[in-house]
Amino acid sequence: MEDLPYPLREHAAGTLRAASGRPLNEITEAALDAGELTIADTRISAATLLAQAEVARRAGYPQLAENLARAAELTAVPNTEVLRIYDRLRPGRATHAELLALAELLEREYSAHRCAGFIREAAAVYLQRGLLRKA
Amino acid sequence: MTRSRRYELLDTREINRETFVEPWPEAGLIVAESPLDPRPSLRMEGGQVVELDGRPRAQFDAIDSFIADHALDLAVAEEAMATPDLHIARMLVDINVPRQAVLRLAAGCTPAKLCAIMAHLSVLEMMQGLAKMRVRRAPANQAHVTNRREHPALLAADAAEAGLRGFAEVETTVGVARFAPLNALAILVGTQTGRGGVLTQCSVEESLGLRLAMLGLTTYAETLSVYGTEGAFVDGDDTPWSKAFLASAYASRGVKVRFTSGTGSEALMAHAEGCSMLYLEARCLCVTRGAGSQGVQNGSISCIALPEALPGGVRAVLAENLLASMLGLEVASGNDALASHSAIRKSAKLMLQFIPGTDLIFSGYSAVPKADNLFGGGNFDAEDHDDYSVLQRDMQIDGGTRPVSEEEALATRREAARAIQAVYAELGLPPISDAEVEAAVVAHASTDMPSRDVVADLAAADAFLASEQTVLAVVAALRRRGFERIAANILELGRQRVAGDYLQPAAIFDRDFRVRSGINDPNDYAGPGTGYRLTGARWEELQRIRTARSPRDFIAPQIGAPSPRLIELGPARRGSQTEVILAVGPAFGRELTRTIGGLEHDDVLAAILTGVAEEGLTARLVRVRHSSDCAEIGHTGARLSGSGVAVGLQSRGTTIIHRRDLPRLSNLELFPQSPSLTLESYRQIGRNAARYAKGERPTPVPVQVDNWARLRLIVKTALLHRRETEQVRDEPPVELGFDWEPDV
Repeated sequence: MEDLPYPLREHAAGTLRAASGRPLNEITEAALDAGELTIADTRISAATLLAQAEVARRAGYPQLAENLARAAELTAVPNTEVLRIYDRLRPGRATHAELLALAELLEREYSAHRCAGFIREAAAVYLQRGLLRKA
Repeated sequence: MTRSRRYELLDTREINRETFVEPWPEAGLIVAESPLDPRPSLRMEGGQVVELDGRPRAQFDAIDSFIADHALDLAVAEEAMATPDLHIARMLVDINVPRQAVLRLAAGCTPAKLCAIMAHLSVLEMMQGLAKMRVRRAPANQAHVTNRREHPALLAADAAEAGLRGFAEVETTVGVARFAPLNALAILVGTQTGRGGVLTQCSVEESLGLRLAMLGLTTYAETLSVYGTEGAFVDGDDTPWSKAFLASAYASRGVKVRFTSGTGSEALMAHAEGCSMLYLEARCLCVTRGAGSQGVQNGSISCIALPEALPGGVRAVLAENLLASMLGLEVASGNDALASHSAIRKSAKLMLQFIPGTDLIFSGYSAVPKADNLFGGGNFDAEDHDDYSVLQRDMQIDGGTRPVSEEEALATRREAARAIQAVYAELGLPPISDAEVEAAVVAHASTDMPSRDVVADLAAADAFLASEQTVLAVVAALRRRGFERIAANILELGRQRVAGDYLQPAAIFDRDFRVRSGINDPNDYAGPGTGYRLTGARWEELQRIRTARSPRDFIAPQIGAPSPRLIELGPARRGSQTEVILAVGPAFGRELTRTIGGLEHDDVLAAILTGVAEEGLTARLVRVRHSSDCAEIGHTGARLSGSGVAVGLQSRGTTIIHRRDLPRLSNLELFPQSPSLTLESYRQIGRNAARYAKGERPTPVPVQVDNWARLRLIVKTALLHRRETEQVRDEPPVELGFDWEPDV
């Protein structure tokens, strides 16, 4: 793994940024005491998730890498929206059209192409297996 | 029917409180190799799977589709399926085959193929395989910390102690769901008091779980359950896609994700479809891998009693752990839920994961008493802490914990309880009194705690969630109240969340708060001399259980001032009268002055001499110097005795009645149970010796038999004998004078 910067905390501390854009090195007690820190300063960014996805892919964990890449997309999606989509994906919750609409929303609003593809795939399987909401 | 007394007793044994049933495949009550399990098969066309385990794509259920399209590595699938099961089984135990080679092939195996490989393996071979396939180099452990009263100070104190004991992860849950934010908070503050870098989770429903993670109160989630049949999945209100999406959602919030599965869940939900538990678990594991979870907690988990009711159940549970590790998944290997009434059975079962070592040996060692465990009672509890430490020490195995002294435990519990008290005060939560803090420091169970106003606490929990306060307010509160070290640990968890290193397979933080995962610390076991070895400082740490003592002062109670009543007179001569010789060992009355039972040597001599005198004889006293052996001491005395009879007495108290004409290793009477001998016993020994000397045939002296004495005293016995043997000289016996008058 010599060619990978993992752990990023050690080897990429100088370039890592939180979801808020704050550099990792500026997440400090002093900043907290000065009232500068918000919770977004301790959230992982899409770019870092993609870097971790690449670490996983190169180490031979392609499915984990794919999951982390989907996660990178979801960093932009608000909590309530994430939970709503999760609920729609449960069995018998959404019609085929509703799932496709969700996929389109993810693509349009959040450029979440991987997640959108994943939901379209689910919609096709749900259709075949009777896992959709009866319209 | 006539009852056997023995069978009546057996009926009362703990093991016979268990339920044991015969297999019934149609009901899913079979652990492996059900006649209804499909045969392994895989057919591909145009880069797509068109048949999986005997089922064509047109008939795929949702799980088949997910496995075919997400789990299988299609680049190696055909090669893997064409490799004989037995060959892959042998690869698992062959130290010349590296872990990577097994991972590569297993990635292309269908669920039925994975089971066919397991069918060739004994439990021992599976353990060998698990030692090789575990993701992380060193094993670790997870604790459960809950209490029935959901008392924040007790949660914090118990979490701190768990952190100090070395648990890498601590999971809590709730009795009342609304307590979730406060319980998560208490566990976070507690663990980071005990050791910075312990990962925490609060097991609650998903939306609340995600919110807690968003607030920075938790760092991992492992209750994402998956199932091996579509029916069970749907009854669990999920699909592989919904669970995979949830996994991505957690990861997007910087939360380490581990799925949950385990043998028996489908049968319990009446959706086994006649398949074996292991086959369905193999499907779960493929789904888990396909969804991109870095790991799984499996090993039947809460269903453990079901496979254990069936033949081969414990073996199947080990097989599912091994299958998960073959798929590159971190394994938190069960041993959490109450699995047996029998301490023998529960410990034996643990060995299958404990000896090879897994990423997390328990997916929840109950670090609280059984009654306080809100997960339904742990298979190992806080009461078993010392037993567990001894197991690690006995086998030189790193079970992921360390022994903790009472002083250390009290100190960390006090710091954690005070810290959560400070956080409650700063955040305006219902106060935690000093009395509650002090109770939490010394408490074993929540019954030791004063009760709190639950209604006020719940209202505060609701208000806390509504206020949108985050972990940063907690860190600030800790800093204001002087808990800088705990605050620094929690803030570092925030930085680690930004870096995301702990999202990788089998990631935990070591005691230096450095991430250890399958990426930077992969298991490199390849036979003797390789892989993780318990050596050096860590091994020394695990040796120092709190009840271990130095053996150097072990026999101090047996060493007093040399007896002034015992003097050496000169070379011992052979007698001609009807007498008894009382022959003592080289250290008697000098280097050692008390028997192992604590009797003064002077008193023992007086008792034996009294017994001899009661029979109207006299005894001469000699010290044997050339041997510390009881039979030799006695026989030497017998050879000097005018009657041919002697009592031989080792300094530790072991006694023999010997006669000149007997072979050295024979005797008239032998008293090996020296700890049970009383002065009355010694007096009777003196009497019997005198009666033998007179040519009588006395009834042997009755002695108590204590089965446990040897177990309890063997170290002391060895050291007393060593001290006596140190005094052995190549010199003839010497006659002793003893300042004593018969009291008869």
